[in-house]
Amino acid sequence: MTETIGTTASPAGGYTERPLLEIDGLTLEVPGAARPLLADVTLSVGPGEVVGLVGESGSGKSTTAKAALGLLPDEARATGSVRVDGTEVLELRGEELRHHRARTVAMIHQDPRAALNPVRRVGDFLTERLALAGLTDRGAARERAVELLAAVGLSAPERRVRQRPHELSGGMLQRVVIAGALALDPRLLLADEATSALDVTTQAEILDLLRRLRAEGDTGLLFITHDLHLAAAYCDRVLVMYAGRIVEHRSAERLFADPRHPYTRGLLECSPSLEGTSAGIRPIPGRPPSLADALRGCPFAPRCAAAEPACEEWTPRPVPLEAEPGAQASCRRLPEARTTETGLREGGTVKTRIPEDGLAEARLLESGATESVPPRRSHR
Amino acid sequence: MLRRLLRQVTGLAATLFAASFVIFAAVYAAPGDPAAFLAGGRDKLTPEKLAAVREQYHLDEPLVVQYGRWLWDCLHGDLGRSFKYTDQVADLLLSRLPTTLGLVAYATVLFVVLGVGAGILAAVRGGWADRTVVGVTTLAASVPHFVAAIGLVSLFGVRLGWFPVTGDGNGFGGTVHHLTLPALSMALGALAVISRVTRQSMLDAAAADHVETARASGVPEREVIRRHVLRNALGPIVTMCGLVTAGMLAGTVVVETAFGLSGIGSLLVNAINTHDFPVAQAVLLLMVAGYIVVTNLVDVVHPLLDPRVRAVRSAA
Repeated sequence: MTETIGTTASPAGGYTERPLLEIDGLTLEVPGAARPLLADVTLSVGPGEVVGLVGESGSGKSTTAKAALGLLPDEARATGSVRVDGTEVLELRGEELRHHRARTVAMIHQDPRAALNPVRRVGDFLTERLALAGLTDRGAARERAVELLAAVGLSAPERRVRQRPHELSGGMLQRVVIAGALALDPRLLLADEATSALDVTTQAEILDLLRRLRAEGDTGLLFITHDLHLAAAYCDRVLVMYAGRIVEHRSAERLFADPRHPYTRGLLECSPSLEGTSAGIRPIPGRPPSLADALRGCPFAPRCAAAEPACEEWTPRPVPLEAEPGAQASCRRLPEARTTETGLREGGTVKTRIPEDGLAEARLLESGATESVPPRRSHR
Repeated sequence: MLRRLLRQVTGLAATLFAASFVIFAAVYAAPGDPAAFLAGGRDKLTPEKLAAVREQYHLDEPLVVQYGRWLWDCLHGDLGRSFKYTDQVADLLLSRLPTTLGLVAYATVLFVVLGVGAGILAAVRGGWADRTVVGVTTLAASVPHFVAAIGLVSLFGVRLGWFPVTGDGNGFGGTVHHLTLPALSMALGALAVISRVTRQSMLDAAAADHVETARASGVPEREVIRRHVLRNALGPIVTMCGLVTAGMLAGTVVVETAFGLSGIGSLLVNAINTHDFPVAQAVLLLMVAGYIVVTNLVDVVHPLLDPRVRAVRSAA
């Protein structure tokens, strides 16, 4: 995985090809909610790239992924743009939108048992997808369905196509769902908690399967999970979402080694690690904001241990990280934020210690001197 | 599968047995002495004659013995003779049955097509279509059969002259033509419940995740409605249609009388009025049997619609 970083996929490198999925400044507002569902979400997925999207439930991960399908909540007002393979999805309507959903993007849902119609056969699920591409001949479609099931490593595929969902285990069903997603060779796969409901060994098999399929087809994969460790291990780049915003965007290994946003740090400290004892687990206090909570300033400030009064006034914006071109985090207290936003800060009054202390101090001085900021989203 | 069918048939027989006793006892307990009718009216009545009639028709025996005798005969295909017409009850029933069955079948087709159609429309379109369907069908359901019958007769029969007002008609075309108004007046009452069950069942089915999954993968809306929503909503719809049809088998009395049809319903009314015990018992038994058979058929069909039911039952 490390070798892909810095070539096509890392924030550090520039793309040679156009990204498959480009979400730019997507804001989703629903009437009756105090805050937007999504606020200024920007992300991209390139061909053959695995991009992780991490956050607690309700942070807007699934909503972001569904936007790529043009599947927005009722009454939602969207601004910004969602382009898949160069096509603006938010402008698609009717037959074009249907075609887009059928051919370009495929989503793998969290619960395979819910994704399949319980009264129909597994084969029907696949032939229905195949029919979208014009394969309506029953015999040929059935044959292709068996091939697909074999391709995702399901045993006895001839028998499976005649079975119904309740006769299969969760892992088998997730393979069926993946087979359905791959049926029409989509350019982009959206895996929405695709392995969260499975036990560990099955999870590993599915992850391996997804990786293999992606490598074969040069497909882009947006991998949504609440498990930061899994994302860091599995993805090329990781975006962390909180309350509808992207709070950190890093290459996977850097995110894991040196998280910059306090929320990301909190997430990493939430889960037990091998070397850590139980004392090392520190849950983030409080709860994530609901849609009814109006947020002024940084949405994480109420739960943030290092928050200062000024954080509640600071409008979040992605702050480019110096050590890693293309990477960003949205925290007022980052040294990089200070250099670009001197007007908002009363110099010298900051008493709270910055975690990386001496180093940060040095960086602050250094960057204050140069004032040159790496271009935002240099990978795009 | 076979064992379940066997269990179903056993249950069916037990229900029929219990129902037959209740029917027999109820007719036995009904006011009025059939012997007085059989003897030819009160004026010519003498105690000796009454006793002779009672003995001839076994009316002097205790209830259980009479019931046992009747049940034994029924099991051998002998429903007895009508007190009034002196015909075999079975012959009377057979001559009247086609009209009633035709009427119920016709009404069933009407309420299934119109009711399920209206329910689908209400569920898929929503908004004003939904409100219109609910309003119109509620209005139709709140009108009693006989009032609806009279209204239909005066509009389509008398004013417009499209349909005949009475009689059974000859041949298939004639029968359909004659039965249209009676079937329609029976179906009207069922529209509300069927359309609403369809609507609710469709809405429940449409809320399932796999429906959105199908939509998200670009399956055309028509297919989504047909294969994912309607298909999954069929269970309650079929059950309700079965129950309504079964109820109609026993509910043709009013409509048959209003339209002058000689079916089972009018036969029952006459039999009760003339204390024709064997006929009344046979008709009631037939209606109950029809009800039980239809509801059991629905039970048999249900696992075919939802394979999960089959799995649960065979595991039990």
